[in-house]
Amino acid sequence: MSKQISKEEKLEELHPMDKWLRSERMPHIWCPGCGIGPTLYAWARALDRVGIDKDKVVYVSGIGCSGRGSGYLNVDGFHTTHGRAIPFAIGIKLAKPELCVNVISGDGDLFSIGGNHFIHACRRNDDLLVICINNFIYGMTGGQLAPTTPRGQYATTAPYGNIEHPFNTPHVADASGAVYVARWTSIHVRRLEKSIAEALTMKGFRYIEVLSPCPVNYGRRNKLPEPDDIAEWFRQSSVVRNGADTSEVQIEKDKPLILGNFVKRVEKLTYYEGLKKLEERVRGAR
Amino acid sequence: MGKTVLTGKHFWYGNIAIAEGAIAAGCRFFAGYPITPASEIAEHISRRFPQIGGIFVQFEDELASMAAILGASWTGVKSMTSTSGPGFSLMQENIGLGAMMEVPTVIVNTQRGGPSTGLPTLTGQGDVMQAKWGSHGQYEIIALSPDSPQEAFDLTIRCFNLAEKYRVPVILLASETIAHSAGKVVVPPEDEIELVYRKKPKVPPEEYLPYRPDEDLVPPMACAGEGYTITTTGLTHNEKGYPDTTAEAQEKLARRLNDKIRKHRKDIVDVKEENMEDAKIAVVSYGQVSRPAKRAVKMAREEGIKAGSIKLITIWPFAEHVIHKWAKQVEYFIVPELNYGQIYLEVKREADGNAQTILIPRMGGTLFTPREIYQEIKKVNKK
Repeated sequence: MSKQISKEEKLEELHPMDKWLRSERMPHIWCPGCGIGPTLYAWARALDRVGIDKDKVVYVSGIGCSGRGSGYLNVDGFHTTHGRAIPFAIGIKLAKPELCVNVISGDGDLFSIGGNHFIHACRRNDDLLVICINNFIYGMTGGQLAPTTPRGQYATTAPYGNIEHPFNTPHVADASGAVYVARWTSIHVRRLEKSIAEALTMKGFRYIEVLSPCPVNYGRRNKLPEPDDIAEWFRQSSVVRNGADTSEVQIEKDKPLILGNFVKRVEKLTYYEGLKKLEERVRGAR
Repeated sequence: MGKTVLTGKHFWYGNIAIAEGAIAAGCRFFAGYPITPASEIAEHISRRFPQIGGIFVQFEDELASMAAILGASWTGVKSMTSTSGPGFSLMQENIGLGAMMEVPTVIVNTQRGGPSTGLPTLTGQGDVMQAKWGSHGQYEIIALSPDSPQEAFDLTIRCFNLAEKYRVPVILLASETIAHSAGKVVVPPEDEIELVYRKKPKVPPEEYLPYRPDEDLVPPMACAGEGYTITTTGLTHNEKGYPDTTAEAQEKLARRLNDKIRKHRKDIVDVKEENMEDAKIAVVSYGQVSRPAKRAVKMAREEGIKAGSIKLITIWPFAEHVIHKWAKQVEYFIVPELNYGQIYLEVKREADGNAQTILIPRMGGTLFTPREIYQEIKKVNKK
């Protein structure tokens, strides 16, 4: 064979995240200043830190801006229907328990249309890591009111200000029985990564809320129009209080944002563990 | 371990036959929500699965149940849910996702009277069109309808086989009558039950495209955790599984999703024809209505009337070629249904003016008596 220079000469890895990214899908659809990217970066770093086999990682998402993430990461990705990421993920995890199943979706997806699935998965203690990227708004559809929009803030369907009472999502998770509950923001990338890594080593329903800027559809209508305005709000208002009582971490306009690792329960059986014990009992009795 | 296939003769309710059919077909994941008249399927499976190592979950609703069986199927496990009308309505969302992502799974709908809460404890056939197009968008699906506990057992197995073969959600369109009728069910030896499994990729991960179809229009299916790094979405997508929301991609994908069923119509469609050789009047029926229909044809034959019976075992895709063929011979199709004319319109369309189509409607609640159908045959015969 005559000497030829291969066209597919091996490329140097250019970015530490190349392993985790479907680079051919770049550029992504997210806006400048969005917090989804840093959140996924923290998640992928945490997977590396814990040393989880990439082929065993499953990423399930619902609908909305963050729903698109499952198609950008280089793992088995499932972009499902609006609100149904959690039950879809439960199906995967129960049917193949050796997989590391993650749900990463938005606040509207997980707490409005998917709210019922969220609380019941907490209650059953399904073995999932659920990360809610909370940007306080429906970003993809153009800035409508979310179940997390703080009172008095503006949305395209709340043009005179929000009159509703938003969810305090860590408290919802805690009250519903999640075994791990934390809140960080997308600018606290290192602490978020550590928190995700801790959650990845646990079993059961683990919940991390990540406050995330949406400059285009939240910031613009709420006097935070520049790409880094919301990040600056997070920086100035954040107070880390690990172990805080989740009933006291409600997000309110002009109040401190309480962040931290709030809840860690170790004794609660997962649904799958309960099922396996039941199987033993049933078979033993025969 | 309990026995998986209960080979032998049984006296089972339809719902039990469905549950045992699923187990015999290899179903090991069940997700559902209680609803009359389907609950006995979930109850039976919740008792049987711990014996044989299946996963049973009673979810918070039908939305979750349907999503979960799709997720489970993506690991290579055969999955199922069962419900009735109101729950079936809630499942439509993810039946559409199942069609789009091409997920083999089985949905049992033991129909009751509707609309809305309707007749929880009484029978109906009002969900026939919903089974076809209950979810939004243009898609094709498979639905089979049993007329007895035995057929409920047999067709449940066939539902799984068709789901695996064509990578599509398949619906068993049963009904309260079948669910709560007891009858003889013969379960064959395990090695005599023919089972189909989805095609797996024959190429290594770097060459695999999750939505590149084979010649039969069905793409081989790699599952989660197998190292193929699949990505899938409910958005219109290309062969890589990446979102591609263009008219071109839509034309290619949506057309194939429909064609993979339509072009295999003759493989999927199963009908049972009786007394059709010289028939001038054909009673077209399906599900539990087939039983009084068959009896009515017998009564007519005893009177010397040239009546025959076409029982549709496959409801969707519709047996177009069968109706088309017989329309050239018969003068009348009589369609008794427990609704106000759903399959009737399909028959009429395929008869295409070559034969007259007559509907015997009933809104549900009770089944026809053979005499009611027989009288219609007689009336038509006098014309």
